[in-house]
Amino acid sequence: MLQQIIQILPQVLVDGLTLGFIYAVVAIGYTLVYGILELINFAHGDVFMTGSFIGAGVLFFLMSIGFLSSVPSLIVFIIVILIAALATGFLGVGIERVAYRPLRRRNAPKLIALITSIGISFILEDVVRFIAELKTGNYIITAPSLFKTQYHLNIHSIMPFFHNVTFQASFLVVLVVTVVMLISLDIFVNRTKWGMAMRAVAQDRETASLMSINVNRVISVTFFIGSALGGATGVLFMIQYGTIDPYIGFILGIKAFTAAVLGGIGNIRGAMLGGILLGLMEMFAAANLSTITHGAMGAEYKDVFAFIILILVLIFKPEGLFGKAVVEKV
Amino acid sequence: MNIKRLIPLFSIIVLILGVISGCASGSAGGGSKAKTVIKIATQTPLSGPEATIGDALKLGAELAIDDQKAAFAKKGFDLQIAPYDDQADPKKGVANAQLIASDSSILGVVGHLNSGVAIPSSEVYDKNNIVMVSPANTATAVTDRGLKTVNRICARDDFQGPAGANYAVNTLKAKKIFVIQDKTAYGSGLAQAFRDQAAKLGAQIVGYEGITVGEKDFSGVISQAVAQKPDLIYFGGVYAEGGLIIKQARQQGLNIPIMGGDGMDSSATVQIAGDSVKNFYFSTVVGDVTKTAKGKKFADDYKAKFGKNIESYSAYGYDSASVLLQGLMNAIDKNGGKLPTRQAVAQAVRAITNFDGIATKVGFDSKGDNNFAKIYIYKFNKAAYPATQVSEITKK
Amino acid sequence: MREQISKFSQSPKAQAIFFAAYVIVTALGLYLMQTSVIAFLLLLFSILILYYLKLKTRTKWLIGLFIIAVVVPLVASQGPSFQSYMEVGTLVGIYAAMSLGLNVVVGFAGLLDLGFIAFFAVGAYTYAIFASTQASHFMPFGHYPLPGDTFWLFILIGAIIASIFGILLGIPVLRVRGDYLAIVTLGFGEIIRIVLNNMDHPINITNGALGISSITPPNFLGIPIGNSSQFYFIVLGIFLVVIYIVTRLEHSKLGRAWKAVRDNEIAAQASGIPLVKTKLAAFAIGASFSGMMGAVFAAKQMYVDATSFTYLESTMILVMVILGGMGSVPGVILGAAVVTILNTQVLTDLSNWLTQLSTNGVISIPDALSPAKMQRLIFGILLVVFALYRTQGLIPHKNRKINVEKLKKEASEAPGGALLSKERAETGGTD
Repeated sequence: MLQQIIQILPQVLVDGLTLGFIYAVVAIGYTLVYGILELINFAHGDVFMTGSFIGAGVLFFLMSIGFLSSVPSLIVFIIVILIAALATGFLGVGIERVAYRPLRRRNAPKLIALITSIGISFILEDVVRFIAELKTGNYIITAPSLFKTQYHLNIHSIMPFFHNVTFQASFLVVLVVTVVMLISLDIFVNRTKWGMAMRAVAQDRETASLMSINVNRVISVTFFIGSALGGATGVLFMIQYGTIDPYIGFILGIKAFTAAVLGGIGNIRGAMLGGILLGLMEMFAAANLSTITHGAMGAEYKDVFAFIILILVLIFKPEGLFGKAVVEKV
Repeated sequence: MNIKRLIPLFSIIVLILGVISGCASGSAGGGSKAKTVIKIATQTPLSGPEATIGDALKLGAELAIDDQKAAFAKKGFDLQIAPYDDQADPKKGVANAQLIASDSSILGVVGHLNSGVAIPSSEVYDKNNIVMVSPANTATAVTDRGLKTVNRICARDDFQGPAGANYAVNTLKAKKIFVIQDKTAYGSGLAQAFRDQAAKLGAQIVGYEGITVGEKDFSGVISQAVAQKPDLIYFGGVYAEGGLIIKQARQQGLNIPIMGGDGMDSSATVQIAGDSVKNFYFSTVVGDVTKTAKGKKFADDYKAKFGKNIESYSAYGYDSASVLLQGLMNAIDKNGGKLPTRQAVAQAVRAITNFDGIATKVGFDSKGDNNFAKIYIYKFNKAAYPATQVSEITKK
Repeated sequence: MREQISKFSQSPKAQAIFFAAYVIVTALGLYLMQTSVIAFLLLLFSILILYYLKLKTRTKWLIGLFIIAVVVPLVASQGPSFQSYMEVGTLVGIYAAMSLGLNVVVGFAGLLDLGFIAFFAVGAYTYAIFASTQASHFMPFGHYPLPGDTFWLFILIGAIIASIFGILLGIPVLRVRGDYLAIVTLGFGEIIRIVLNNMDHPINITNGALGISSITPPNFLGIPIGNSSQFYFIVLGIFLVVIYIVTRLEHSKLGRAWKAVRDNEIAAQASGIPLVKTKLAAFAIGASFSGMMGAVFAAKQMYVDATSFTYLESTMILVMVILGGMGSVPGVILGAAVVTILNTQVLTDLSNWLTQLSTNGVISIPDALSPAKMQRLIFGILLVVFALYRTQGLIPHKNRKINVEKLKKEASEAPGGALLSKERAETGGTD
């Protein structure tokens, strides 16, 4: 039993990391918004989905004008991801303007924003579906693969207790791009003036506004960054898995939100690590649960496994793995 | 009381009411024509993740109704379609079923996609004597309850699953089989029937795993399959997940045959899996539609009307509606050209024993199952839809 | 004009006459136009008008009950749409009771719960397993399915088992706060759903993804119950019990403790409110309402599988609570009614009407945009509009006004115990 778990461990790590990095970047979108507004932005998963569709649209357009054959795929990829990120960034700002800001101005209860976010997510799903269906006749879209070179890592010959690992070039792309995004975001938040303003607003909105920080603009910037990251991740998702539909944002959104909480919501580094951890856990559970339980519980319990770990973590460390315990004042 | 506060509330409600009153007057306008209106309802998921198939079913039925429109007009009836969206939700399905029952011009239902919705909704149809012809519910419980109004043209799980298992074990000589299913009523039922029959035939089931519908990454389960070294993978489920499983299995170097059920019978399987689809088998009840002249015409009409290529499910939808209309026509004739009762329609549909559809022949047995349901096994030799037929199995 | 309005709003007599006229006209309308959804909705709208009238609380209750239990079923029963209206009524009742349950947890106690549907699922599966042959797969004794008479018992059993699950969920909750709590409850809901969907092996308890079919319909004194119109009255009965409990609880000691915990946990604890007990009670009571309705739901559908209990359902109930007005009992009921009626009747009718128009060639819509597919889109738009224009909910929560002068007078007249009993007597009414 143990032997089998160890044998497939390298492959599980590779797959788990791919999924984990995607969770991580989407989780950041949740955490950024939550940190500033204390709002669970349910529409974020659908912003991610919209990003992947915009990416697919741009890719199809570039293909139709014959751009794809004449230019290396890496450049095509960079163009696609930039356009998608910009578009979803502005989409995020727009959502904030239409659905959240009026509520803030009217001093509405915190939870009412939940309704608008659910409404927005329904609208996004259906609008994307209608556009995709009008254009292609089907809304499950399969994008042309840009990086499909297969790599075989022959670990077996070096360490005989492991099986070999196979992965696609897109895995490396996902890895590199997400790491670049995560690091630059970290620098942005911790080293720049805007980042400082964001942290100030997150800490205390009123005091920040007294320090001549334009709170509304900071919130807009936050939404822009969170959504742009989400949209870019949508493109990565499309590159990695090839197939997208308007409903991918739902499950992935729940998972990413879970990851954000696991790491300590509001904490950016926590969200990154929470995402990676969740991806690895899920993959490990899917691959090994039935081996461990001798068939009593199979891969279908992987989410149960992930949620139980989450609940246990929260019971013993209620502020999340990397969150700081806040002393509540009366 | 504070009247001012009520104003926005009032205005919203008045708005809604205004819209609905529009509905009422609209339907009244439709009914005031000289011809008697007969409606055929379809109930399939038209929104939500399963809408592709639901839409294909609806469009197939719509085409059948359009084709028959002239014949019914001759007898003085105006045939119309009333599409309902069940959102793959049992509650919504039952509520819609009640609405359908309350519209006395509806004489039959084509639906559903999900057995979980079909079972509770059919209880309502049965109470109101509305006949239902199901294009896609394969679960055994749908007809095993012995309702007089429930019929289906597709094969039961306990016919299709074993047929696939026989082919896998006897023809493909699979000794070690890894079974994956999508944890829905459809996938589960099919995979269970397959597994039981394969085990009976002496194959070893090296794994029986579930996945989550809607996800895109199945590498965890596939890693496990790789470790078990099977010589066949069986997938019970629909193409959206199945296509990705094929693709991801090939990426991890599993070049063994993979097999699935009629949920995989779609051009989307090829689109999603790409080149990896080679060496994939699936069982289905639909023969190659485009081979016959009638089927070819159907495919062309479909393309012309909706701008899409046909799916196997559109053919199911077309056949279900055609059978229903045939029964309706028989009932009208029997009633001397006058509008028959719902009960008479239900009896006439059940009485059909030999109807030539484009996808399958239809004849209902005493439970409402299709006597002629055949299973065909197809194989993809290249990445193009439709696949090549490799075997044909008739009901024992 | 304004003067007249203010005069009208001051005079109970004028209002009563107006109201009676309204009910008679709309009832007559529904009686004559049986298939008209507008007539049905206009009649239901009378309940909302009733709520705003200046009448005694008890009179309002009686009139409301009369309209819902007698006038609506009687008037609607003449046409083919009867069962359809009753089905909508049943669903509204089920959801309203669940929203009231969630309102106890979220609105009163301030504990955000994103997995509330789990309790509904537990109740539904409890009845489904024992009222079908499913139980014989794992129960060593007894003969299954149980007869339909046991249904009434199962309403209670469903409530009890659901509240046990509520307490189970409550245990981790005692340490986790705020939005962490939201994700724990979300996880809990998903765990329950996935486990129910997979318990067909090693022991077959729930029949896994295939679901449980052929559930025995309930039986009332030998009459089998199978129609929506019959379930309507069962649901109405349970719903009244739920309302009674909720309105009683709201101003009781426990209810005030919940609100104290919601407003400030630490301050509440400092003033001697037992946090553990208070929070667990909220979960248990909220869950029990869902458990009861779960049993009814299973009996009504005659089939149960895990697809009815997804995370989306939990958020839908939350939407009903927030939309109606958190903490406000009439608001939550209205929220549940609006969302359910929109979803099951109005949007379906609207899209049917649009389809009709496009088949008759009045408007032409490309197939990709066919109105039958637009229900969720329209629903999403309505949610955003509602939330933006009614930020406090449809009927916002109001704190009960306490007449300080009267209390003081009473206190000076009868010091000690009398004050408490007086106050308790007063809490009976709703605000």
